[in-house]
Amino acid sequence: MAITVENLSKVYGTQRAVDNISFEIKTGEVVGFLGPNGAGKSTTMKIITCYMSATDGSVSMDGFSVDDQPDEIKKRIGYLPENNPLYLEMPVIDYLRFCAEIQGVEKSMISSRMHEMVDKCGLESEKHKIINELSKGFRQRVGLAQAMIHEPELLVLDEPTTGLDPNQIVEIRKLIKELGKEKTVILSSHILSEVEATCDRILIINKGRIVADGTSDMLRQKATGNEVLTVTIEDEKKNWEAIGKNLLALSSVEIISNLEEGSFSVQSKPDVTSKKQIFDMCVKNGWYLTELTGVETKLEDVFRELTN
Amino acid sequence: MDKIWIIAKRELDSYFDSLIAYLMIIIFLALSGFFTWWFGNNIFIMNQASLATFFGISYWTLFFFIPAITMRTLAEENKSGTIELLSTKAVSDFQIVTGKFLGSFILICIALLCTIPYFITVAWLGPLDFGATFGGYLGLLFASAAYISIGILASSSTNNQIVAFLIALFVSLFFHLLFDILASGSSGTLSSIFNYLSARTHFESLSRGVIDSRDIIYFLSILIGGLVMASMLLSKRNWR
Repeated sequence: MAITVENLSKVYGTQRAVDNISFEIKTGEVVGFLGPNGAGKSTTMKIITCYMSATDGSVSMDGFSVDDQPDEIKKRIGYLPENNPLYLEMPVIDYLRFCAEIQGVEKSMISSRMHEMVDKCGLESEKHKIINELSKGFRQRVGLAQAMIHEPELLVLDEPTTGLDPNQIVEIRKLIKELGKEKTVILSSHILSEVEATCDRILIINKGRIVADGTSDMLRQKATGNEVLTVTIEDEKKNWEAIGKNLLALSSVEIISNLEEGSFSVQSKPDVTSKKQIFDMCVKNGWYLTELTGVETKLEDVFRELTN
Repeated sequence: MDKIWIIAKRELDSYFDSLIAYLMIIIFLALSGFFTWWFGNNIFIMNQASLATFFGISYWTLFFFIPAITMRTLAEENKSGTIELLSTKAVSDFQIVTGKFLGSFILICIALLCTIPYFITVAWLGPLDFGATFGGYLGLLFASAAYISIGILASSSTNNQIVAFLIALFVSLFFHLLFDILASGSSGTLSSIFNYLSARTHFESLSRGVIDSRDIIYFLSILIGGLVMASMLLSKRNWR
């Protein structure tokens, strides 16, 4: 299901939670909303799932508008809200049946859909338990199962892995990745590695605006405009100062900083590499070059830079 | 209608699973039975084969019970956040509210069905006025429906069950008693307005066996008004 969001805004009182956001999501994409807490990720999701209406702007999916045909859209969306609210007093199997019925799954299909969901989400051993008795990880699976029971074309998952232990996180991620092969998925997170591990595309949202949009590689590249190298040079005379001066004198080097004795962080000027020049310099002076590595900018740095 | 029934069924299941339903039915039968057969102006002292005493008692018991039944319907969903899940499923807000109403109403119907033995016993004891009995049950059903609707409206306005209970009791109290008192304390048009607003007037005329469309319209308008307002409150997240 393709989604088009145009100039979306949501104002709570005097606060603009979402501020003129526009983006498009193509069918089959797995998109991650990334942003600090309170950036407007959940609000955007609530608008897409027809829970809340926007103050301004429009959202449309396959020609259906959120404002005019919410019923058509709700049928096609599976939603896992933040904190995964569930009817705690219901047995898992009854709850899934209720969700299937209310989403209009055909009567003859309900049993097989439930069976499939229990299977897919690994709920077989817990299906007759009351939801209240389940651990957080299993509750999250129930939340995913209810979201997918009517075979939605779009899955909206709001922080699907919060509060899970590392093993469960890996399992849920695997499940989401699997789902992403056949469905359009939007998920939100403030954990970078999670979005990087599961999503084809990342939207970084901060203070209600989109500050970056692209694949993780694209975002990284954008932030590493200049090459950064870690250079370590051995010199028997331990003349570190001379080495520093020589490095800075190279035509391609912009700035250097001393990391420790004989080790430097060297940033090149835009669009040039200093590797060759550093090597030649060492040969010329009789120094031993023991390390020359490119520093890959971490997505964390991109995130910090964009959201601070 | 299908969706409304699915929600009503879940609601009803949760009443029975949490024992609220059994507790409510047992206490209702115990209270109404005690006053009908045993205490004060019971049926033997009246020496008439009539269920009037039972209807009078039930009218009061239900007035207290209904807010207790309806208080959790939407307040709990608001509090736990399940309302977000429910309203993003393929149902409208009005269907949610009506489903909740239907669930509570069926519970009251079940409680009233349990009093059929009273009816059989009294009919066996002497000549029973079937018209008045039918009217009495109809009156109880309509009054309950109106109070449930008020209860659901109260529940939709808050995420605290106690607050929902108190609001429902307070608003119902006007219809149950206060309008009646106000009517007798005033005169002229004002008095007849208060008199019309009092549920007691309409309940009593129904339970005498007079089935007047005005009484039915009165209860139905509270019922529909309550449900429409509750679904509006539920949609308030959409107010721009």
